[in-house]
Amino acid sequence: MARLVFLGKLADLAGQGDCVVADGPLDAVLAGLDPALALALLDERVRIALNGELVGERSIVLGANDELAFLPPVSGG
Amino acid sequence: MGADVRLATASFDPAAELAAFTAAHPQAGGVVSFLGQVRADGAVQALELQHYGPLTLPGMQALGAAVLERWPLDGLLIVHRSGVLAPAEPIVLVAAAARHRRDAFAAADFAMDHLKSESWFWKREQVGGTWRWIEPRAQDFADLARWG
Repeated sequence: MARLVFLGKLADLAGQGDCVVADGPLDAVLAGLDPALALALLDERVRIALNGELVGERSIVLGANDELAFLPPVSGG
Repeated sequence: MGADVRLATASFDPAAELAAFTAAHPQAGGVVSFLGQVRADGAVQALELQHYGPLTLPGMQALGAAVLERWPLDGLLIVHRSGVLAPAEPIVLVAAAARHRRDAFAAADFAMDHLKSESWFWKREQVGGTWRWIEPRAQDFADLARWG
């Protein structure tokens, strides 16, 4: 199993700060989520970090214990 | 000398932090500090800053290192809150100590502009009992662009 982490307003949309999903390609993981949430996660302004490292491309395959975080634009300190 | 960079999850005392920082750098001819606090404008009941552990503090530390590369400082302090804050509570304290004041002013200004626009914090405010996410401001990007 892998973990998705939702930051900022994405957590409100997801109704939770994180969730556990089955391993597999990101496309398949997103297809299993609520469509409105999946759409928000696909927004090009949302950055993603895999196991704490920012990644630029989204052709990711989640493995066991991976943590994928979705980071909306930051609103400043 | 490395920067003193901290993510605070509870309220901190800016005066005590600044006193300790100043005492630690007696050789500096100038210390410039900036304190950001929650506006007490009557409408906002609380401000919440969320962070993401694997990125937020490492990003602040990288910023601290970049500031030290750019200006000849004797010391640099960055303290930033996460969590729920009440009006008038301190959010962020930046202090730069340098032999000459211009380096200290510029370093603190640069650090604040980058903290505001690039650090991994998500902010929402509570008004009339309702939480509302704060969107990025164009001014923050304009401030950042000053540094080229």
